[in-house]
Amino acid sequence: MEVKSLSYTYEDGTAALREVDFELEAGKTVALLGANGSGKTTFALHLNGILRATSGTVSVDGLEMNDRNLREIRRRVGLVFQDSDNQLFMPTVLEDVAFGPLASGASPGDAAEKAHTALAKVGMGHKAGKAPWHLSAGEKKRVAIAGILAGDPRLLVLDEPTTFLDPPGQRGLADLLDSLPQAKLLITHDVPFARRLTGEAVFFQEGRIAAKTSIAAIVQEFGW
Amino acid sequence: MRHVRIDRWSRGESYFHTLHAAAKLVAALTLLLCIATLSVRSLVCCAVYLMVLTVSVKAARLPVGRVLLSASAVLPFAVCFAIITALSGEPDRAAMLLIRGYLSSLTALLLISTTPMPDLLAGLEWLRAPRFLVQVMQFLYRYLLVLIEEAGAMRDAAESRAGSVRSLAVRQAAGAAGVLFVRSWGRAQAIHRAMMARGFEGHIPRFREFPLQRSDVAFTLVAAALTVGFRTVLA
Repeated sequence: MEVKSLSYTYEDGTAALREVDFELEAGKTVALLGANGSGKTTFALHLNGILRATSGTVSVDGLEMNDRNLREIRRRVGLVFQDSDNQLFMPTVLEDVAFGPLASGASPGDAAEKAHTALAKVGMGHKAGKAPWHLSAGEKKRVAIAGILAGDPRLLVLDEPTTFLDPPGQRGLADLLDSLPQAKLLITHDVPFARRLTGEAVFFQEGRIAAKTSIAAIVQEFGW
Repeated sequence: MRHVRIDRWSRGESYFHTLHAAAKLVAALTLLLCIATLSVRSLVCCAVYLMVLTVSVKAARLPVGRVLLSASAVLPFAVCFAIITALSGEPDRAAMLLIRGYLSSLTALLLISTTPMPDLLAGLEWLRAPRFLVQVMQFLYRYLLVLIEEAGAMRDAAESRAGSVRSLAVRQAAGAAGVLFVRSWGRAQAIHRAMMARGFEGHIPRFREFPLQRSDVAFTLVAAALTVGFRTVLA
């Protein structure tokens, strides 16, 4: 993934991102740290085309973000939202996880197979027939991740993945993410959680990347 | 998570719960059609329908008292029209309006209390209902739960500070209702974003087929025949 001079201004005039440059190699994991409102989530929403840059470019595997490449980029970049309740919108867990493959043109049979495989990967195969809103917070997070994995993405972008999770849930999630081969971008305030998965981080400040270094250095330099 | 009571009932275990949603939908629609076309002098038929519905509620292992009470939720709306009709000099028609409203509500309640929403939507798809309509219903249901969740969270917050939401002044309650809709709108936007992130382009693809069993067909035929039979003989 390559982001060059990315700037974004909301309709109300708030400049959320200013000239952001960023690169992420295949298979790597990087943590995105920074205060609330520093632009982390806005940045993440650009990575699969939910928001489109005011200026600058985003490209994934050489595919530049534009209408023609949007569907393929969304298949390659899986975005796990902070609140799983927002992400789970289909009537059953299985249908929700199968939504991505179906939307990208897979047959119902293939989509179901991918969904079952993804659910098994996150340890939620036994909940396939349940309604998503009947699950616990930890289970919802796992199903949300399964919904992304079912699309076989090359990059996972996780926005505050530990929100609403208790300590055992957080440990389980860290183990799960650690076992996945995809590149990962972790947007988090939870430094111990980030440390379990990577040593590298970038620090966002007022819509800019203020530092690209190790988590330890960011903790020291910014008192994080 | 705040469970919706009817949703919990719909996941019960009884003969009615095992039936194909399309079979129950056809039976319910037949009954609704018969109820809607009853004349003002069809009180015996209404009584029979009420008895059949009550026995069905019992057979579905649902709490009879609560279901019968819940079905009266439509009455405040029906009463408005009944009063207007009565004032225009047609008291029989006004009474029938209330009875029809109650029986229709009870029929719909029995249907949704024995059929989980995903199955009901699949049943509608099976019956070749317009997919757009089914999707709208699906999102309506999803967003209704969002609205209930948001309302519950706000109620808890208000009660923790005010002691009881009943102590809120009308002005405060109106303000809270406005905030509820704004919050729900925000939540709905977040859900839409999550859908787009996973490839949603305005169309939800069909996921599975539901085979209809012979027993489902038999149920539909018997239920429809009895419903129409009562309507023909008693009304």
